[in-house]
Amino acid sequence: MAFTKRPDGRKFDEMREMKAKVGVVPRADGSALFAFGDTIAIASVYGPKPLHPQHLQDPEKGVLRVNYDMISFSVNERKRPGPSRRGQEISKVTEWALAPALKIDNFQNTVVDVHIVILQANASTRCAGINAAALALAHAGVPMKELVSAVSIGKVDDKIVIDLIKEEEDYKEGEGSTDIPLAFLSESGKITLLQLDGKAQTKKLKEIIEAGKKACEKVYELQKKTLKEVKGE
Amino acid sequence: MDVPNLTKKRIKDYLEAGKRFDGRKLLDHRNIEIEPCVSNNAEGSARVKMGDTEVIAGVKMGLGEPYPDHEDEGTMMTTMELLPLSSENFEYGPPRINAIETARIIDRGIRESGLIDFKKLCVKKGEKVWTVFIDLYSINDDGNLLDAGALAAITALLNAKIPKYDEKQEKVVFGELTTKKLPLTKDIPITFTFHKIGKAIILDPSREEEEASDTRLSIALSHGKKEIMVNAMQKGGEVPFSQEEIIKIIDAAEKKYKEIEKELFDKIEKNLKAKK
Repeated sequence: MAFTKRPDGRKFDEMREMKAKVGVVPRADGSALFAFGDTIAIASVYGPKPLHPQHLQDPEKGVLRVNYDMISFSVNERKRPGPSRRGQEISKVTEWALAPALKIDNFQNTVVDVHIVILQANASTRCAGINAAALALAHAGVPMKELVSAVSIGKVDDKIVIDLIKEEEDYKEGEGSTDIPLAFLSESGKITLLQLDGKAQTKKLKEIIEAGKKACEKVYELQKKTLKEVKGE
Repeated sequence: MDVPNLTKKRIKDYLEAGKRFDGRKLLDHRNIEIEPCVSNNAEGSARVKMGDTEVIAGVKMGLGEPYPDHEDEGTMMTTMELLPLSSENFEYGPPRINAIETARIIDRGIRESGLIDFKKLCVKKGEKVWTVFIDLYSINDDGNLLDAGALAAITALLNAKIPKYDEKQEKVVFGELTTKKLPLTKDIPITFTFHKIGKAIILDPSREEEEASDTRLSIALSHGKKEIMVNAMQKGGEVPFSQEEIIKIIDAAEKKYKEIEKELFDKIEKNLKAKK
């Protein structure tokens, strides 16, 4: 049976309801929450601050350090608390997704720590995490050239769908399911995250990237609106 | 960022005059917010705020083997993750003593109160029983994560539902919860951690106060069958307490329990109903 209808009734190019909020961790220098429907990520930022251990310091520029993790009850079957190989990989690609937006060259020997925690997962967690982290960095006042917005595009059977949910990720029939998380810089439009898991024709891929760009513009609008609403503290 | 010694001294001087920076009395709590059912995928969950301190708790269940000396009883495990997201002072890596101790104190309060009826969590005697995982995460540390965590834990237990068990395949169907609640008694523990700063004894310290603290005493109490019972106690910190101080704290804890019990349980119940 072909994939003709999304399980939650959305149109193929319709995103879940997004939610964004800054200041969710008052202790941190900057923090934010970002949600795609019931996928909820929070991020906090500490720094720039001196980097320890010292041998990790870069005398030429500041360093961005990201950690991504999910809480044990964010998923159906309990995830063992603590680091995982998956989490480490996502931390790294998130770092690469965010770094080009920052302007921390003048902060030699320092680190900007970004902590991302997934409170509840229903696919697209790394994208929600990146969106939250970008907001948290801006909220912390870390110098930035532009923002970063991310969304996960899926190819379910032969249909391109925006903002996948778990049920769609697990779709087995027809051409199966392919998950393509993408992140774009808001001004230059450059791509800072691109992963793919599954199979997609090159022609489809071009469409997918175009769809990702459009969707990220919507994410960016919400991020911008959220930051504009921040009152001076 | 560490609290400067000057601030610590100031806190002491204030307390000597019976005052706190935020205007509270010595044994006053900050505003307590309790929000049950904050997670779709957990069997039970809760978010608790004490002032700016925020903890979330989730209950997950799994099947495991019983302990050889309790063949017909389920088991429980409590963990606390002090997320680096919530404070600059926390680091990644296996839980350190601070997180372990906090989780163990909360665990003992719940276990010893008899809140969970473990006999009803037996699937097959000697072979298969439910394990209740209580996982706690700090979201913002502004002091007293322990008491906030304990409150979040019991709230999560109070709204937990047992997952579906497929008897033929002998495994848990995750993601499908039954309507069956976790078997609980009425003996719900509340934990109070008292801190000694100079000569003063205070409750619910802010982060600054916590860092100025010389020593602490945690007490978990529950209602028991007839009277209030102390279910767990733990002294932490190098500075000793005098006997009088300990007795004073125990009395204060019982008084506080009576004062706050109804208010807290009403709050939990009210917020639970609002979620349904």
